[in-house]
Amino acid sequence: MTELCHLSLSEIRSGLHQGTFSAAELTEAFLKRIDNHRVLNAFIEVLADSARKEAQLCDTRLKRRERAPLLGVPLAIKDMILTAGTRTTCASRMLKDFVAPYDATVTQELKSAGAVCLGKTNMDEFAMGSSNENSAFGAVRNPWNLERVSGGSSGGSAAAVAQRLCAGALGTDTGGSVRQPAAFCGVVGIKPTYGRVSRYGVVAFASSLDQVGVLASNVRDAAILTGVISGYDPLDSTSVNQVVPNFEAHLGQEIKSLKIGIPDEYFIPGMSAEVEKIIKQALKKLEDLGAELVRVGLPHTNVAVPTYYILAPAEASSNLARYDGVRYGRRAADIKDLDELYFRSRSEGFGAEVKRRIIIGTYVLSRGYYDQFYLKAQKVRSLIARDFKCAFERHCDLIACPTAPSSAFRLGEKISDPLAMYLSDVFTIPANLAGLPALSIPCGFDSSDLPVGLQLIGKPWDESTLFKAAYAYESATEWHKRLPPEAGAGPTF
Amino acid sequence: MISAEEVRKIASLARLNVDSDDLSRLSRELGTILDYIKQIEAVDTGEAQPMSHVHGIVNVFREDNVTPSLDSEELLKNAPDYCGRFIRVPLIVE
Amino acid sequence: MKDGREYEAVIGLEAHLQLATSSKIFCGSSTKFGAEPNMFIDPLTLGLPGCLPVLNRRVVEYAIMLGLALNCEIRPFSRFARKHYFYPDLPKGYQISQHEEPICERGHLDISVEGATRTIGIKRIHMEEDAGKNIHDLRSSSSLVDLNRAGIPLLEIVSEPDLRTPAEAAAYLKTLRQIARYLGISQALMEEGSLRCDANISLRPVGELKFGVRCEIKNLNSFKFVERALEFEIARQRAILKSGRPVAQETMLFDGVNGITRPMRAKEESNDYRYFPDPDLPPLLVEESWIEEIRRWLPKLPEQVKQELCQVYGLSAYDAEVLTAEKAYVDYFYSVFDVCSNAKAACNWITSELFGALKRAGLNIERCPVPARHLGELIKLVEAEVISGKMAKSVFTEMWISSRSPQEIVKAKGLVQITDEAVILKLVQQVFNENPAQLTEYVDGNDGLHGYMVGKVMKAAKGNANPKKVNELIKREIARLRGANR
Repeated sequence: MTELCHLSLSEIRSGLHQGTFSAAELTEAFLKRIDNHRVLNAFIEVLADSARKEAQLCDTRLKRRERAPLLGVPLAIKDMILTAGTRTTCASRMLKDFVAPYDATVTQELKSAGAVCLGKTNMDEFAMGSSNENSAFGAVRNPWNLERVSGGSSGGSAAAVAQRLCAGALGTDTGGSVRQPAAFCGVVGIKPTYGRVSRYGVVAFASSLDQVGVLASNVRDAAILTGVISGYDPLDSTSVNQVVPNFEAHLGQEIKSLKIGIPDEYFIPGMSAEVEKIIKQALKKLEDLGAELVRVGLPHTNVAVPTYYILAPAEASSNLARYDGVRYGRRAADIKDLDELYFRSRSEGFGAEVKRRIIIGTYVLSRGYYDQFYLKAQKVRSLIARDFKCAFERHCDLIACPTAPSSAFRLGEKISDPLAMYLSDVFTIPANLAGLPALSIPCGFDSSDLPVGLQLIGKPWDESTLFKAAYAYESATEWHKRLPPEAGAGPTF
Repeated sequence: MISAEEVRKIASLARLNVDSDDLSRLSRELGTILDYIKQIEAVDTGEAQPMSHVHGIVNVFREDNVTPSLDSEELLKNAPDYCGRFIRVPLIVE
Repeated sequence: MKDGREYEAVIGLEAHLQLATSSKIFCGSSTKFGAEPNMFIDPLTLGLPGCLPVLNRRVVEYAIMLGLALNCEIRPFSRFARKHYFYPDLPKGYQISQHEEPICERGHLDISVEGATRTIGIKRIHMEEDAGKNIHDLRSSSSLVDLNRAGIPLLEIVSEPDLRTPAEAAAYLKTLRQIARYLGISQALMEEGSLRCDANISLRPVGELKFGVRCEIKNLNSFKFVERALEFEIARQRAILKSGRPVAQETMLFDGVNGITRPMRAKEESNDYRYFPDPDLPPLLVEESWIEEIRRWLPKLPEQVKQELCQVYGLSAYDAEVLTAEKAYVDYFYSVFDVCSNAKAACNWITSELFGALKRAGLNIERCPVPARHLGELIKLVEAEVISGKMAKSVFTEMWISSRSPQEIVKAKGLVQITDEAVILKLVQQVFNENPAQLTEYVDGNDGLHGYMVGKVMKAAKGNANPKKVNELIKREIARLRGANR
């Protein structure tokens, strides 16, 4: 049964179509596997009953020779994305019992495509974090080494995909929250172009930076899933009416004469020497495959993280103002007056990192500080975006760099040093600020046997080139075939 | 650098309590973060315009049509405290 | 130290106009008034996680229409901003409004108070969403929140501090209301809350250019309240200043029961709304072509209509003023005119009989039981002398009650005026026969008996004879008889 779970999404898809196995069998296999790997704490809620029912319906449809892009395919959804009728907690005490009354558009898209939802994955609270240690439901463990973090904030989705607890998963990425955990867990993770995927029904962290992303065990699967969730949504004013190409179309094409920009600024002192070496080897591989490596300058890279940590907390402080215990969510008990309702509900409902960011965000928007922080950061942001635009126009088709400055660090290692935690986003943040598509693909293992990810950043709307280059690299390497050690079932964290 | 007083004030604007125990730790953490983000002051932004929408789209509209509402009974049941069809909160004193 | 100077009031008004769109500004829930509490609920109205706003195009149209009507500059580029504060009727913890880049700026409005015209500057007009409503239940020490109103589109209109008297303030509001109703963008009824107003008032010595300390007054629910509150506030501030003390900057609530203003409970640390551009809403680019298109089909404004009524329809300025008080009156007038082509008669009937009947029945013209075309037909019947003016009044009464057409009523009641000379002559002769003594006296020279004879003939005709003809014929017969006597 376990072998079923090790099939890729596209293999699962054809297996179901051909009747090699049923959706019910498949779902059962994944549910069993999830149960066996509870130690990872990858799921906040496993939807076993509804998954089984959905799988049965899929089997009926499959027997009728119905076709849908993901019919019968079991997936997991980050608990930041609304799924009607079941809880969506954002890994927060604030929404511990919140049952969403409506589906996110992406949830609807998965349903229409016939997917089976296995459950909601664990994450950093309200997507704020880079290690998945900021969850009200406990940290997620890295399948490659249980003492290490999975990365964040989509740690649950990354761990689940890595350990083959699902055929693919949705995450969200605001400053690297899909790519960085993908790198730490040795899977493919993509954040599409801003506006490519609807944000309707996705709990907002930083509205101008958030995008729903995809985690999968290989490039083709990622391309398939990205295709299903992409598309203009009139319910999201920031979604863009851009034609969605067939993302699988260019897989297998050669990358000869593809110009890949290597930014000077992305090889920084303080990054792991091992990671640097592994990345450089990956870049060499790309060169061997025919790509042309060119040096590019992205001069404002060094202020990307400060810029992000002004804009994201600011928008977050605003987006989280609605969590007040009045209309839904946690309301503190035995409150005497309105002030207490607000102060206690919010203080009891939010974790430390969320509170920290709300306070920073409130500060940078407040009277007297707005111009010097928020407004200035918005200007710097346009400079960062312009850096990329120039690089693409003059020098290259896509940019390659590390996804993270190190491999997965130890649980508890950075949790008391917020700033150190923030710095692990140094390579992923710029793509969010510029709204560009970016993906991470496994490109090696360090001496601790921990995965390392290579990041590819593309032009707006050009996910196809990213998939093409990533696929070419993947086809010439074996990293994606390595599996993490099986974990025994055990008490959760 | 940020004083404990200011932390309390800002937290209060966001309706957050800060325990006296946490206050010094939080001030320190926030001070470090604020010092870090202050780096952008040194950037010469010249003529750059603040960026609100990364792709510069404008004029996104919907037509003035009524769409069905959610089942209000269902939603009211999710309210932490309700009275009939109203959501109930402690008395607001003007 | 007492102050013997003369002070003038400096008043600015912030008006909120609730727009009459079918759906809310950022989502498709209904804006219908008077529904059950929390009926029109959707993710955005409730401020649920994951909800997103999408701008209702009609709101922008209405904003531009008002901007044009108030002679504003329409900003080519404007944005929405989030205004943050915590309150139970504010579902997202912020209101989507406009801050630094409002859609309209720098306009003006002419008002007329006691015959004098004044131009009041309009500082800005911007779009925003309304909040929900709170009902306070003291018994149970709780407040009840109804979110139906949350998300209904509003236009906020801020005037320059150009108003100088409470009467001007009321006139400004009334004119604003009139314009909004003429444009059809809002009901603009203070009693229903579709027009709301806060006032800012300060006093300064006459001749002084610097502004004094100003107070804001809230809870002004009617034009009367606006005037009374400002009057009270002027007296209050004047007393303070004259006694040599400074006025404290405060927000006041108007107590309509006692006719006084009193300070609101001190609000939390002076409102830092932490405005920033809303990242969920792309900016607005209003092109000239759109503005021109709207300008082309902009409904006529009261001043324009007034002029037309005088110049084209020949009505007096006074009549035009009365008719243009409401667009519905003018529309009714046009419909009546379409049928009878007599502007003066139409105007007279509307302003006296119709308005009178509406007032007695407590109806507004939208609920008038007499369709305009019926009134037009009634006027035509009078002109054609089918019925007398006096008779027409009772026909009108019957029209009001039964909603039947005048022709139907006249026919059914046999009220067609007798104009046939032969018939009237017969009646005259009948009356002469029945009143020989008076006849002899009349013929002998007592013209005073003419009225008596007319009365008798009208009575015999059951009031239905054409008075002119009756007069004529009696005089003719008397003349004949007098001639025969010679």
